[in-house]
Amino acid sequence: MKKWTRRAFIGAGVLAGGTLVLGIAIRPGNRASKVAGLIASEGETVMNIWLKIAPDNIITAIIPHAEMGQGVHTALAMMLADEMDADWSKVKFEEAPAEKEYANYSIAKGFIAGNAHFPKFLDETINGIFLTAVKSLNFQITGGSASVRFTGQDAMRIAGAAAKAMLLQAAADTWKVPAEELVAEKSFVKHANSGRSASFGELAPAAAKVKTPSHPKLKSQKEFTLMGTSQPRLDIPAKVTGEAKFGMDVQVPGMKYATVKAAPVFGSKVKSVDTTVGSGQSGVLKIVNLGDAVAVVAEGYWQAKTALDTLPISFESTENDGLNQAEILSRYRKAMDTDLAEGNLETHFKNGDASKALQEAKVLIEAEYQLPFLAHATMEPMNCTAWVQPGKCEIWCGSQNPLGVKAAAAEVLELELDQVTVHNQLLGGGFGRRSETDVIKQAILIAKEVDFPVKLIWSREEDTQHDFYREATLSRLKAGLDESGIPTAYSHQFIFKHHPPEAADIPYAVPNQLIQYSSPPSHVPWGNWRSVDHSTHGFLSESFIDEMAHAAKKDPVAYRKSLIKDHPRLLAVLELAYEKSNWGSPLPANWGRGVAIGQSFGSVVAEVAEVEVNLEGKVKVHRVVCVADPGFAIHPDGFTAQMESGIIYGLAAAMTGEITIENGAVAQGNFHNYPVTRMSEAPKIETHILNSGNAPGGAGEPSTPFIAPAVTNAIFAATGIRIRQLPISKTDLRVSIRQTT
Amino acid sequence: MTKLLINGIEYEVNAENGMPLLWAIREQCGLTGTKFGCGIAQCGACTVHLDGQPIRSCITPAISAEGKSITTIEGLAKNPNTLHIVQEAWIAEQTPQCGYCQSGQIMSAVALLNEHPDPTDEQIDAAMSGNICRCGMYGRIRSAIKRASASLQSSTL
Repeated sequence: MKKWTRRAFIGAGVLAGGTLVLGIAIRPGNRASKVAGLIASEGETVMNIWLKIAPDNIITAIIPHAEMGQGVHTALAMMLADEMDADWSKVKFEEAPAEKEYANYSIAKGFIAGNAHFPKFLDETINGIFLTAVKSLNFQITGGSASVRFTGQDAMRIAGAAAKAMLLQAAADTWKVPAEELVAEKSFVKHANSGRSASFGELAPAAAKVKTPSHPKLKSQKEFTLMGTSQPRLDIPAKVTGEAKFGMDVQVPGMKYATVKAAPVFGSKVKSVDTTVGSGQSGVLKIVNLGDAVAVVAEGYWQAKTALDTLPISFESTENDGLNQAEILSRYRKAMDTDLAEGNLETHFKNGDASKALQEAKVLIEAEYQLPFLAHATMEPMNCTAWVQPGKCEIWCGSQNPLGVKAAAAEVLELELDQVTVHNQLLGGGFGRRSETDVIKQAILIAKEVDFPVKLIWSREEDTQHDFYREATLSRLKAGLDESGIPTAYSHQFIFKHHPPEAADIPYAVPNQLIQYSSPPSHVPWGNWRSVDHSTHGFLSESFIDEMAHAAKKDPVAYRKSLIKDHPRLLAVLELAYEKSNWGSPLPANWGRGVAIGQSFGSVVAEVAEVEVNLEGKVKVHRVVCVADPGFAIHPDGFTAQMESGIIYGLAAAMTGEITIENGAVAQGNFHNYPVTRMSEAPKIETHILNSGNAPGGAGEPSTPFIAPAVTNAIFAATGIRIRQLPISKTDLRVSIRQTT
Repeated sequence: MTKLLINGIEYEVNAENGMPLLWAIREQCGLTGTKFGCGIAQCGACTVHLDGQPIRSCITPAISAEGKSITTIEGLAKNPNTLHIVQEAWIAEQTPQCGYCQSGQIMSAVALLNEHPDPTDEQIDAAMSGNICRCGMYGRIRSAIKRASASLQSSTL
């Protein structure tokens, strides 16, 4: 059992009409380090869960996470319903609003006042803690592959189990029978001896008066009835009929439209713009100088965009105006050299004496790798609808961090939090981009200038050129092997460390290790990009271990296996991947197989790619075998879909994904020059889930880091060409080139 | 004013200055199932049918659709509260993730199946490669097309 008891507050009450509401507030003792960087601001973190049981026996789970395709609403509702023994067909969900109903002091207080498992004299203290926590509610972020791992495990299940315990006790009290003789089944409490039964809805008002349990018993894995099954996703039907409402689709009466052009060079400002609406600007209502961007407000997006495109705007020059990608790379190289020479490299991990061991090694291999900036390119371009009125503000958007949105709006407008209402919508892709609040702030500043609601829509070009980018990096790797090819030393120098903090670790047993990094200045905004630092380190370390295997003249799978003996989870996924991929079986000419493995966000993944490189150098990934150990897959089909999704997302980046800086600004603008994987390029993906029984791991990110190295390792197997620079499209793989290497 | 016939209903829109059909459909007719993704016919999120043919509404001037029959995702099913056979297949395969591209994907798939009721993988690639899915659900889209194709075959027997 997890040690949650000291940090879970449970309360219950009855709403008008007899609906039972149960609230759970969780204050993690240690804020999960993996999500720490995603949280909007420092302070106590809280997860609030509610559930409602209505007289008609409908149970509503209120879920504090955004749906961006990961099926989180379904998986979390399942966790709650399973612990309750609820009838799944009568379970609904609502996304928790980032506003009064959810973080309202009086309702929160109601929950606490009703709780009886703290001594009376502590009530005030508990109230104080809880209300402070509610006030600083900022843990509503969806990211870090964390929803099932933390909210689901620590809160949804406890909420469900507590509700069930209270319903059973209510029935026991009403029927004057021992609670032990009762069972909960499909949203009914039944007493076999007397044949009595009552619905959860009927028992709810009595249950609200029951002492809240301090230790609700959670089910063991073999008692699960919903967890571990693939229930149809609750959000899918509306997504095939066009009814699903994304931020882009919000319609507010009286709403007008806006679009923006920001200074192309990050950090630059608007120098001059004529904000007078001219006679030739059909449908234009207002031109706003936002300081670092210009907005046009009009009757429709098209009018706004057309006017903006012809509006003369000049921007201030900055020190970065002449900066290009080659110069950025040379700055990285210089920073690394200087930091090395002056002993200023920051140490990520050190074990033994890597320099000495490298000098003494029988075989020394070294390589330099380069990775590009990446944009998120969510399908739904950035947008936000805002309505600013005296003393209040309403916002409609799809955000991974709705409470961060609320806080940002309150700050910009100098309002109290409860004067801001956020209506979170479905997200047309998040991948980390929608954890930022830049677009929200822009929409508010525009809406402040008019007396009607405004929907701000970014063009695809604006979206590509004003993202928060996955870092470009430069990386130097060295390894020393002994006479039998066993590694004795590993050193790695890279650029920029963000999070998760362990991303640069390697799972392999190497006695002497030195992993260090530099942090040179950069004017390119950084952001969380699906799997964050694992997206770079997965490629770096899994490519280099492949180089080590080849230097040792060992099979890449066998070599890895020999070095992960202390990692049973990794070993198990690798062995299953070996089997399922038919590793070692013959392939056609110009085909190769590549493997990559690793652990991220609590899940362990192995991927084997089968790749063909034709005579013209065109790369086709035919098949990917993915073996994943998420501990326990709450929703296996949803987990499988996430593996597939993460692989295609990572593959797009590996094959063609590259954002470059020219004259200080992003050179790419749309899908023609920032191409992504399409149907004809998508491999067949076979996912195998290995439930090891470990704590639930993440789903949204862990398959992304390993597809690039699996593919480039396969390209090496097919062609003998080692790809050390992404995207793959930068390397000439024609057969004529291959023969000369 | 421009008259548009969308899903059998006539709308009057103000589509001056070459306004693409997409914005007329979304902002003036209120049919938000058709999505804006790129604005340059690269992603397919805005796909609708014009006289039965799939087109990218983000680059098609609204005035050029006058006098023609436009079908959007909202008008795909024959009757309210029913689903098109392709939509049913999409649910059966649990195809969407974020769902933003799916209206366009489904419109392209319906057009493909109208032309090739039993498409080969190559025909699926050709018809569907103009539609981007950033959640990468291509395998499920392919399976759903094949499922819909099988349903079509059995329903016409």
